[in-house]
Amino acid sequence: MSSSSNNVVTDKMRQAIADYLPRYPSKQAVTLPALHIIQDEMRCVPQRAIEEVADMLELHPSQVHDTLSFYGFFRHEQTPLGQHRLWVCRSLSCMLRGGEQLLVELSKKLGIKPGETTPDGKVTLEFAECLGKCEGAPCVLMDDECHGDQTVDSVIALLENTASTLGQRSWAGGHHG
Amino acid sequence: MADSDLALLARINKPDSQSLVGYLADGGYESFKKALSMSPNEVTDLVKNSGLRGRGGAGFPCGLKWTFLPKDHPGPIYMCVNADESEPGTFNNRILMEMDPHQLLGGIMLACRGTRATTAYIYLRYEYGRSFRTLEKAIAECYAQGLLGKNIQGTDFSLDIYVHRGAAAYICGEETGLIESLEGKRAWPRVKPPFPAIEGAFRKPTVVNNVETLCCVKHIFDRGISWFQSIGVPPDPNNPRDAGSYGPKLYQASGHVNRPGCWELPLGVTARELIEEQAGGVWKGRQAKAVIPGGLSTGFMTHAELDTPLDFNGPGKVGCLGLGTAAAVIIDDQTSMVDVLYNSCRFFAHESCGQCTPCREGTTWMTKILHRIRTGHGALRDLDLLKEVADSMGIMPGTTICGLADGAAWPVKNAMQKFRPEFEDYIQKKLTSQDPIRELVGTH
Ligand SMILES: Cc1cc2nc3c(=O)[nH]c(=O)nc-3n(C[C@H](O)[C@H](O)[C@H](O)COP(=O)(O)O)c2cc1C
Ligand code: SF4
Ligand code: FES
Repeated sequence: MSSSSNNVVTDKMRQAIADYLPRYPSKQAVTLPALHIIQDEMRCVPQRAIEEVADMLELHPSQVHDTLSFYGFFRHEQTPLGQHRLWVCRSLSCMLRGGEQLLVELSKKLGIKPGETTPDGKVTLEFAECLGKCEGAPCVLMDDECHGDQTVDSVIALLENTASTLGQRSWAGGHHG
Repeated sequence: MADSDLALLARINKPDSQSLVGYLADGGYESFKKALSMSPNEVTDLVKNSGLRGRGGAGFPCGLKWTFLPKDHPGPIYMCVNADESEPGTFNNRILMEMDPHQLLGGIMLACRGTRATTAYIYLRYEYGRSFRTLEKAIAECYAQGLLGKNIQGTDFSLDIYVHRGAAAYICGEETGLIESLEGKRAWPRVKPPFPAIEGAFRKPTVVNNVETLCCVKHIFDRGISWFQSIGVPPDPNNPRDAGSYGPKLYQASGHVNRPGCWELPLGVTARELIEEQAGGVWKGRQAKAVIPGGLSTGFMTHAELDTPLDFNGPGKVGCLGLGTAAAVIIDDQTSMVDVLYNSCRFFAHESCGQCTPCREGTTWMTKILHRIRTGHGALRDLDLLKEVADSMGIMPGTTICGLADGAAWPVKNAMQKFRPEFEDYIQKKLTSQDPIRELVGTH
């Protein structure tokens, strides 16, 4: 594993990525785990990180970029995520119970449009397609935890009560047993 | 079903439903240990003879799919567990994984015994963070107890199970899109054949099964084929190709009902029973104008079609795409079908992988046409145009690689066939609807 001082992917991230390698018969399969690890820590996937991941997985950077850009999920370094990512569901079951309105009101309350981050860097607002919790419509996803039966007030309370979990996220890779 | 008859949801309200200790106390993994003394062919035959059909949407006979794997393959053979659950309206896999992870792991182990797979990847949609953490914990418990890993329980059977997280894309639920995504590529579905059983993940023979399907496998081993076939609907004697609709099914209801939720019921309950007896009826004392029987892709049933049994044949008989995921979405009589159809088209346009022109362009154009109608600029001929576009896209007309396009077209076809007067009225009166999200972010 090569590591030099001007790398943006830290040794800790490199180790977490390397831990995924034994799980798959190809290195390329570690692309998504690697991108998740990087974005969780850095709140985006910088171009430099794409090159470093390509290096680690023996791919051309364009292959990593091709995969990354297919999923609207990963952020460019010019538009990093805030500390938290708040997705509001706009799909049918939620729409039927006020999901779109919830998104509009949250957008007003936070003073940002979907896709944008509050100036204090605390939260990025997004729309989502069905979050798989339609029994609780309207739903929001805070980072990767879904919350049902939401109102503007309950979402704002949720934001205030969710302590920053940055640095506490764990990506335990590795070969079990 | 009475609580004592439940299988799939029997444990979910127990306080220790997630732990291995709780699972073992309920007799879990006994059937797996028993299966270790059976040959893979015996395991597969049992599942085949049960009549279990896939719960992920297509209803393909489960054991039969396993027999498509090449005989005497040197390996490796892979099992991919489809936990991408993203069909709007669908949430039963999430409940199974969050509340009873060992039930799923037990089903995976049996399936791997039957298919000779030695590695299983659970492809889990990113949004299911709670499922992720629950499954990771449960898997670690199994390794610690010698239920996973090398030479399980002193036999020659070895198995690893890994959770692979997606990145918020519906198309990763299509089985070959899933495989491409697992391999670290863009999730472009593959042209079939070859089917995954011959050439799947990492170019090796692969079986893809849904979470609920695999949970059913576990109970077929626990309770036997006669139990499984005592539930649901036997094959139609007048239709030699019907494989029947046996077993319990997790039905879901969301939208305009008093008690949205998920229930384990015998296959074949009617939409009306689901709404009235389980979901507490339509909210606000209203009537159902339309019901989506099994996730957005399956199209619409009208109020007059509510007595349709939701088994593998019923929805098709009233022109819907199929049973899908048995996820009913109830739409009340105060809601505009123009708005509902727009929401549907927008979803599929957003989620099309863009590989096939009829799907990429068709989903976009249907959304644009509906937007035009909703801003008061529609013409009656737009309805013919919608139908024409919908009829031209999908596996069925033979113009696309995967079924997303059929699922995108179906709600449009059903709406034009069953609700056309409402659309005509909307256009002629120059009614309009707002799209608050479009106003915020433009077309996405
Ligand atoms: C666009 C599209 C999305 C799909 N999404 C899912 C999904 O999220 N989960 C699932 O189990 N099957 C999904 N399927 C069906 C799978 O391709 C496949 O048939 C299924 O996973 C097989 O499992 P089963 O036989 O156990 O049902 C989807 C199919 C299409 C065409
Ligand atoms: S039908 Fe649509 S989603 Fe499926 S492969 Fe073609 S473009 Fe992609
Ligand atoms: S439609 Fe919003 S969670 Fe399913």
